[in-house]
This record gives sequence, C-alpha cells and structure tokens, in this order.
Amino acid sequence: MRRTIKSATLTLATLLVGASMLPAGAVATNAETVKMGKEVAYDRTKGNCLACHMMDDGVSPGDIGPPLIAMKARFPDRAKLRAQIWDAQINNPGTRMPPFGKHQALSEIEIDAIVDYLYTL
Amino acid sequence: MTRLALVVVLVLITSIVLADKRATDSTPAEDLRLYRDFFSKRFPGIPLNEFGNGTYTIDSVSRDSWKAIEAFPPYTPMIEAGETLWNTVFANGNTYVNCFHEGPGQRKNFPYWDSKRKMVVTLPLAINECRTANGEKPLSYQKGAIANLLAYMSYASRGQKIDIEIPDKDALAAYNEGKSFYFARRGQLNFSCAHCHMESAGMHMRTDTLSPALGHATGWPVYRSKWGELGTLHRRFSGCNEQVRAKPFKAQSKEYRNLEYFLSHMSNGMEYDGPSARR
Repeated sequence: MRRTIKSATLTLATLLVGASMLPAGAVATNAETVKMGKEVAYDRTKGNCLACHMMDDGVSPGDIGPPLIAMKARFPDRAKLRAQIWDAQINNPGTRMPPFGKHQALSEIEIDAIVDYLYTL
Repeated sequence: MTRLALVVVLVLITSIVLADKRATDSTPAEDLRLYRDFFSKRFPGIPLNEFGNGTYTIDSVSRDSWKAIEAFPPYTPMIEAGETLWNTVFANGNTYVNCFHEGPGQRKNFPYWDSKRKMVVTLPLAINECRTANGEKPLSYQKGAIANLLAYMSYASRGQKIDIEIPDKDALAAYNEGKSFYFARRGQLNFSCAHCHMESAGMHMRTDTLSPALGHATGWPVYRSKWGELGTLHRRFSGCNEQVRAKPFKAQSKEYRNLEYFLSHMSNGMEYDGPSARR
C-alpha cells in the first residue's frame, strides 16, 4: 500500500512537473507583459477570463470560477498557476475550466503574459 | 505527508472511476430520477413544468421582460405562416393530414423510436419524409418554412405531455448514445452540455444566467432575439457546439436525433409549450 501511495504521488508529481516544463517562451516579467496579459485575459476571443471569474476592474464578470484575487498568496509556485491555465484537468479531472494551453486556445507566450498579469492581482 | 498521499490516491481513484463511467451504468428511469433530484435540490420549490421556461424560470429580472415579450409574441406571424403551409395542398392532391392523421396537434408523438428502421424519428424528419413521399422537395432543417410549420404544430399541441418511450434494446442504445453525447467534453473549450446546463445552471457567464437543462426540449421552435427569427432545436444544438468551438453536426444527423431523444426523455411528464421566445 505504501508503495502504491508513493508511486501515485510520483505520478501526480510527474504530471505537475510535466506541465510546468512545457515550452514557456522567453518573455520577461515587466510592465509590457502585464499589459499584454490583461488584454489577452479580457479579450472575449482569447482568455475571456471574465466569462467565469471576477477580476481586477473587469465589468460584469461571471461567477462560475473563483474570484482572481491575491494570486501570489494563493499560488506561490508560479508553475502551478501556469499549469492551472494550461490544463486545469490535471489538477482536477472534473474541472469546467478550458485547457487553454493543451487545446491551443492561447499561445505559450500569451499564457506566460496572463500569469505575469495575475501576479499583480 | 501520509495523509496528503492518501488524498492524492483518492483523487486518482476518483478520476479513474469517473473516466470509466459508462452510459449503460444506469437505466433511463434511474437517470430521470437523478436528473430531477439534481434540479429540485438546486432550485427548490419550483414546480416541474415551470422549468420549461428556461433561464426565465430562475432569473427574475429577465423573466419580467420575457413575460412582456410573450404578451405579444414575436412568433405569432410564423404560426400563421405555418398554418398556411399546413393547409397548402401538395402537387399530388394530398396534404400533411395524409401523413399526420391526428392533425397538427401531435407534438406528443415525437420524437419516437422506429423499431423497424431502428432510428429515432423527430417531428421535422417526419415532416420532410411526408413531403418527399408526396413528391415535394424536403425543407431545410434549421429555420424558415420548417420552423413555421413546427410553430403551427407545436402551438396546436401546447399542453400535451412529453412521454418518451424506450421500447427495446436498440432504442436503449440510441438513448445511451444521446446520453454519452450530453455528458462528453467537446470542442476547444472542452465543455459538455452538462458542464454549463447542469453543474453551472443558475450561475452566470458574464451577465447571462445559464439555463437549467431540465425542460430544454419543451419549447421549440424558438424565436430567439439574437437570431431575429425562428429556429429549430437542432439549430440550437449546432450553435452550442460552435460556442464550445466544436464542429457541429448536421441538423437531423443521427447524433442530434439521439441527443434529442435523451433530452426529451429527461423532460418526461412536462408539457410541450412551443413555440417560445428567448433572448
């Protein structure tokens, strides 16, 4: 049983690490990527995060997902936050959140920019 | 650490169990009970038939403007156009009554399982089969003349109860296909029908209140303000599939007919109340 637990932990760890090791693009965190991240997050044809999440100064947000506040405190590990956007099903198989990276709804660079932006919230 | 590991194992087991869940695991009667329980728990105190009003069942603000619209319904001219079509004699001298012996008010008879042909027959399909059998051209399935005809027939059928039967093994297989379609993730956005209209029913996508799935099959055809015209149930299926960025199936495809069969069964006991107006 102990071995099973260990190997299961390892499997999950592999999944999480695997997701964080995806090509991350070489965008530095700065005012420009934060600005880009916000634009992509608000764009209805891109992230459209406001469809489900309350965040920042976004008007008429949905309430299906949790409010995006205190992101750095809630996700101290940047890779975890990124993996959540890339494919939230890895962490929660029943999630309603679209796998923006896995299904290429957003580019890797756009996801990085969103993470930069989220860390300002 | 051990506790965390245990949680991890439980999560993994749950995901495996969920992944292995099959449509055949529960009977239609069990599905119906689970489905009803889900919605009556989420929206307590709402009478069953009220759910046919979609999002207006639960969103009091948009309900008021909807009631005002339904007082002078935008679909009235289409019902009249449909009546004219119903009464128009085919080139061979027959009319729709030669196919629909009970007259226009027989929404209750559709969709049904045709045991001989082993397929779900919907009302629009039966209309076109009637036309072609009488030497007329089939109508296109999403809007226009067929929607008008459906509006007239549905109006004449208002108050009839949905009573979908699943008479044999093949019918059950078709029902289960519809059910699998309903619960399967689809498209780039990876949503199933149930993700939005069961799990998130009553929640908001931006300012839109997501309608409860219960009663989704009762009110067709629908005059949708977004369309500015009448459309059929399968047109809405296509629109939903496109919204999750999936390739839609054709109206009256086997996929959509089976989905309609499942969805209608989930509304058993409710009244047909089409046509209706939606935002």
